[in-house]
Amino acid sequence: MKRFSDIELMLKSVHYRKALLKYIKIAKAGHTGGSLSSTDILNVLYNDVLNVSPENFGDPNRDRYVQSKGHSVESLYVVLADKGFYPESDLETLCRFKSKYVGHPTRKVNGIEFNTGGLGHGLPISAGIALAGKKDKAPYKVFTLLGDGELAEGSNWEGAMMAAHYKLDNLTAILDHNSLQITGRNRDVCSPYPIDKKFEAFGWKVVIVDGNNIPELRKVLNATPAEEGKPTLVIANTVKGKGVSYMEDVKKWHHGVPSDEEYKQAIAELDSQEAELKKQLETVNS
Amino acid sequence: MSLKALELGKANLEEFSATMIELAEKDSKILAVTSDSRGSGKLVSYAEKLPEQIVEVGIAEQNLVGVAAGLASTGKSVFAVSPACFLATRSLEQIKNDVAYSNYPVSLIGISAGVSYGALGTTHHSLHDIAALRAMHNMQIVIPADNFETREVITYAAQSEKPIFIKFGKKNMPHLPRVNKKFEIGKASVICEGSDVAFIACGETVAPAYEAARLLEEKGISAEVVSMHTISPLDEAAILKLASKCKAIITVEEHSVHGGLGEACAAVLLQNQAIVPFKIVGIPDEDTVPGSQGEIFDYYGISGEGLTKTALNLLK
Repeated sequence: MKRFSDIELMLKSVHYRKALLKYIKIAKAGHTGGSLSSTDILNVLYNDVLNVSPENFGDPNRDRYVQSKGHSVESLYVVLADKGFYPESDLETLCRFKSKYVGHPTRKVNGIEFNTGGLGHGLPISAGIALAGKKDKAPYKVFTLLGDGELAEGSNWEGAMMAAHYKLDNLTAILDHNSLQITGRNRDVCSPYPIDKKFEAFGWKVVIVDGNNIPELRKVLNATPAEEGKPTLVIANTVKGKGVSYMEDVKKWHHGVPSDEEYKQAIAELDSQEAELKKQLETVNS
Repeated sequence: MSLKALELGKANLEEFSATMIELAEKDSKILAVTSDSRGSGKLVSYAEKLPEQIVEVGIAEQNLVGVAAGLASTGKSVFAVSPACFLATRSLEQIKNDVAYSNYPVSLIGISAGVSYGALGTTHHSLHDIAALRAMHNMQIVIPADNFETREVITYAAQSEKPIFIKFGKKNMPHLPRVNKKFEIGKASVICEGSDVAFIACGETVAPAYEAARLLEEKGISAEVVSMHTISPLDEAAILKLASKCKAIITVEEHSVHGGLGEACAAVLLQNQAIVPFKIVGIPDEDTVPGSQGEIFDYYGISGEGLTKTALNLLK
């Protein structure tokens, strides 16, 4: 895998954010806020951690990624396109009649392991894949991305209990902890807190990280398992709508689609972030 | 020809367990996944013989199916074994998304199906699963009638590349005769041939249908009995053949009369303009009477005598 610098990855995140907004704008549909909060996580996973590429996707020893919070599919779609699984322009058909790029992950799209979208499914599935890896003494690791609102689904806790029982330290769950769900703050809807202590009590090793900080994510996600013999939960503290000022931490952007004016502003903001990063990159390279 | 009394075999559950051991001993890819159900699933000796090939997830049916799908995605041949009353209820969304929609070949094994746990009450009955699963694309549904069909379908499931739901009970089943000894998924098995009335039955109701054929034979009425073990994909040609061959059709199932084998057959007949006197025998839409499986069957006319009466009424 090509080794990217932190700034190169940051530039990729800006590109992903611009791209996912573009396709959500064309489709007039999408889960904008969660796709923006999870962009940096997916960026680091696919560009720095996972041994997954279009070339090795049929290899039984490839790492596995299962997106439990399937609704944030737009960030996954743009990252997979960048990895070469399909041309990014395919995403112009997002959510269109007969397009395979539907609003939640499906195996019809190259690079996707499981059809997800119903919440509370990714952790049990990933535990199954991780258990198979243990049985086969296979070298692969399994990652799943959970939403924080999703933690109310009981199946997560069934999976969490079982993953610890089988000491699945080849399994890492990443929590996209943007603290907002469709109705409002997690703590007001039905509090999942304390998340860290709950998972620790279930037998997991918990690591907390700034989920929109590329260098921190790289450090944490490349250092799993965080404790041998235990599955790892990475609580990635993120900002819903990250990267676009008026979307940040505002619940209406859960699945909001920007107007023409809003879209222009969002792209302008991301362009200026890009210009700043390019300047930094030039300084480093010079 | 006179129809013979049947010789009793073992429970389909026991045959399932014996088949699992034989298959898994030869193929290390086979895994049984249980939800504290190895005892109910008669898998204790399987677990003792093949401890590396059983995965216990505890009483957690959603996780059972999710984990099974994860395992299957890596190339394992996975049998998720749980009482039918929980399997297609508690884990229905996992069956829909992780197994059927994702199209990974998990074998979902519903044990003690229908009203096998009759006296335990409705929480433990499984009378809705055909209705729920028939509507799912990619899902094969097979309900074996006797030990032979059980062994055949389990052997098939171990190498099937598509998801499959199989359910059976825990009562000893008679060995059924067969016109053609070959078992094929999606092809009805003719148990005995006849021309006046046809019983299209599945699972543990095939034996009472055969008993009815014997009683009708004594009255000079010729009945055909078909084991429609595969509900999905349904053998439409066999159903239409019976409509042209017999004067009346009776479907029999250990399932609600809504959404099961009977309605599936009715749809085939109507959509092909094959109109014959027709009756669905199953568990009616009411608070199911508690009792043993046999008592419940008798109460709802799923017995040699009950089905004989239904046939005579329909042929009037």
